[in-house]
Amino acid sequence: MRVAIFITCFNDLLFPDVGRAVVRLLRGLGQDVGFPDGQTCCGQMHFNTGYRDECIPLVRRFTDAFEGYDAVVTPSPSCAAMVRREHPTVAARASDQGRETGLADRVAALSPHVYELTEFLIDVLGVTDVGAVFPETVTFHPTCHSVRSLGIGDRPQRLLAAVDGLTLLELADADHCCGFGGTFAVKNADTSLAMGTDKVSAIVESGARVITSADTSCLMHIGGMLSRAGSPIRVMHLAEILASRTAS
Amino acid sequence: MPAHPSFAGTPPFPEAARLALADPQLRANLARATATIRTKRARAVAERDDWEALRLAGAAIKDETLRDLPALLAQLEAGVTAAGGVVHWARDAAEANAIVVGLVREAGVDEVVKVKSMATQEIELNAALAEAGIAAWETDLAELIVQLGEDLPSHILVPAIHRNRREVRAIFEREMGRMGRPAPADLSDDPRALAEAARLHLREKFLRAKVAISGANFAVAETGTVMVVESEGNGRMCLTLPDVLITVMGIEKLLPTWRDLEVFLQLLPRSSTAERMNPYTSMWTGVTPGDGPQAFHLVLLDNGRTDTLVDPVGRQALRCIKCSACLNVCPVYERTGGRAYGSPYPGPIGAILTPQLRGINRGPVDAQTASLPYASSLCGACFEVCPVRIDIPEVLVHLRAKVVEQHGWRAHASEESVLMAAMGWTFRSPRRLGLVERAGGLGGRLIGRGGHIRRAPGPGLLRAWLRGRDLETPSRESFRRWWHRTGRHEDRA
Repeated sequence: MRVAIFITCFNDLLFPDVGRAVVRLLRGLGQDVGFPDGQTCCGQMHFNTGYRDECIPLVRRFTDAFEGYDAVVTPSPSCAAMVRREHPTVAARASDQGRETGLADRVAALSPHVYELTEFLIDVLGVTDVGAVFPETVTFHPTCHSVRSLGIGDRPQRLLAAVDGLTLLELADADHCCGFGGTFAVKNADTSLAMGTDKVSAIVESGARVITSADTSCLMHIGGMLSRAGSPIRVMHLAEILASRTAS
Repeated sequence: MPAHPSFAGTPPFPEAARLALADPQLRANLARATATIRTKRARAVAERDDWEALRLAGAAIKDETLRDLPALLAQLEAGVTAAGGVVHWARDAAEANAIVVGLVREAGVDEVVKVKSMATQEIELNAALAEAGIAAWETDLAELIVQLGEDLPSHILVPAIHRNRREVRAIFEREMGRMGRPAPADLSDDPRALAEAARLHLREKFLRAKVAISGANFAVAETGTVMVVESEGNGRMCLTLPDVLITVMGIEKLLPTWRDLEVFLQLLPRSSTAERMNPYTSMWTGVTPGDGPQAFHLVLLDNGRTDTLVDPVGRQALRCIKCSACLNVCPVYERTGGRAYGSPYPGPIGAILTPQLRGINRGPVDAQTASLPYASSLCGACFEVCPVRIDIPEVLVHLRAKVVEQHGWRAHASEESVLMAAMGWTFRSPRRLGLVERAGGLGGRLIGRGGHIRRAPGPGLLRAWLRGRDLETPSRESFRRWWHRTGRHEDRA
């Protein structure tokens, strides 16, 4: 099986350790992971903010970079949702404009091969216990795209439950939006922060020493607020926990 | 005569929200009320194991209605007319108000009683009546509180949600005497006492008024029947006692057949008040000689609805049955309340309906209206609870694209549009992205402390982020550089 990693633009720049963890994790499970370096960005930020035409070259570039792989794995549910649900929309739009003929068919062929990390681990590799060791108290933020767009369900929690030594503490109102929302975080910063404040309170009240999630976009916002408050709570992507082999 | 504040002049959402967020009582009231109704709704819905089927049926019936709207409206008109009612067609708010004022004048009265109606708020009917020297007495308890307080509603279903009982007591004590029977001298803030005071204040108006104005929750084309669904009984009083009944109804409220009510009378109560069935459901077909109003006028309101209908993605907003379930689960609405949206339709449905009613499908809208599609983090909680499956996030993104296209960023280079263009350009080339990443890594070393940026000069968007959050310092070595350096062959640090 030819597997590629789609690192995502913000992980590439701000959270390369997440990518390294994904590579370590997948290699540890016997997968030879490739990194097609033509990749850049799925176009989610532009699409969701209303800059639809800007997405067309990005969808083309994504498709050029990844088609042919059996599995494209990404540590971002929001990016996976963008690719699977909206790349067809963008390709159709391009076609309506007489641009990029053929892109729609190529996107349709590629979409079923694009997986969010926990989907890939559980549904494709059939693995729940990845052999991780992480003796810590952890609480999990599920993310709106995971819950509502991709329907990931409890895959992340099942993976965390199998981690040696890990205590998973419940997060109150877990499925309430953290307030990131992409450009919403800056266009409506006050509301974003009001929502984040409640999410941070719930995290602190959980008693966990580590907050994790399947998407660093949410963690940028949550972690940024925890950092501003001087909180000792560690902010980690799920992949970093799953790739952990020694006591932290 | 009550005063008539207007939503006009509300600033664009980011600023209106900022003001609302700073009101601790509003925040506390909204948080408590929405959390309570959310839980109740979930329980009411969980009782039905066919809830999803009901939602699909509701969406399908509404879509069928919207597809056949002209023929169905004609059928409704024929049915109402045959049963002794009169149907009027109002293109916009001005026409609707002129029609209603004319009808009230014809009846020779200077006061009317009103059943709660979103459509009449939308057209600002009370202000138009006041200008014509006609007093319009709201009879729904929450609308009465808003009216006496010379206030604006902040929720579709519970418009006075921003008030607490102490404030309501004060409003009753101060204002009831100006509009009719005063509040009792020893009025407490106990809810039962407040409700009784409202009941007595309203009683004389119910018994005196010759003309009532209502909205409608549904109308059935097949039979010419119009209906109001309510909790308090004020609707029942207004719909049965007066001589003349005038109903203002948005054209999207239509249903094709009597049988379709089976679906909606299950969807609406559970979604709105979280009841299996609401207390008062009133249905009338034209006029019944000797029983109830002897003159019935149905004013069909367009006011931007056919403009909404033309958009294949946006038109699903017209399925809305005004239940307010989306408001109660929205994390944005919960914190800002309704008035920040500057429209009688707030919250998620307001963010997609208001811009369309105001003409966004025809051309550019004002800055406040254009800000509404962005008043959302796209979390999707609204879509999950909508009884007619309006994909609100899809329409929000669709309307954002309209705003961007209409704004024409090439002509008006805002900071955001310049940044979007620059990032788009960067993402079109991995080589350029690599260069930007290296620059970012260098910049991060200059202004970051301990891996985080706390303060930075530069664009407003960056400062907006930093107002309440730190930002991760861009990494010295991006993932792709690490990969090229080490990852291709072995897992080296």
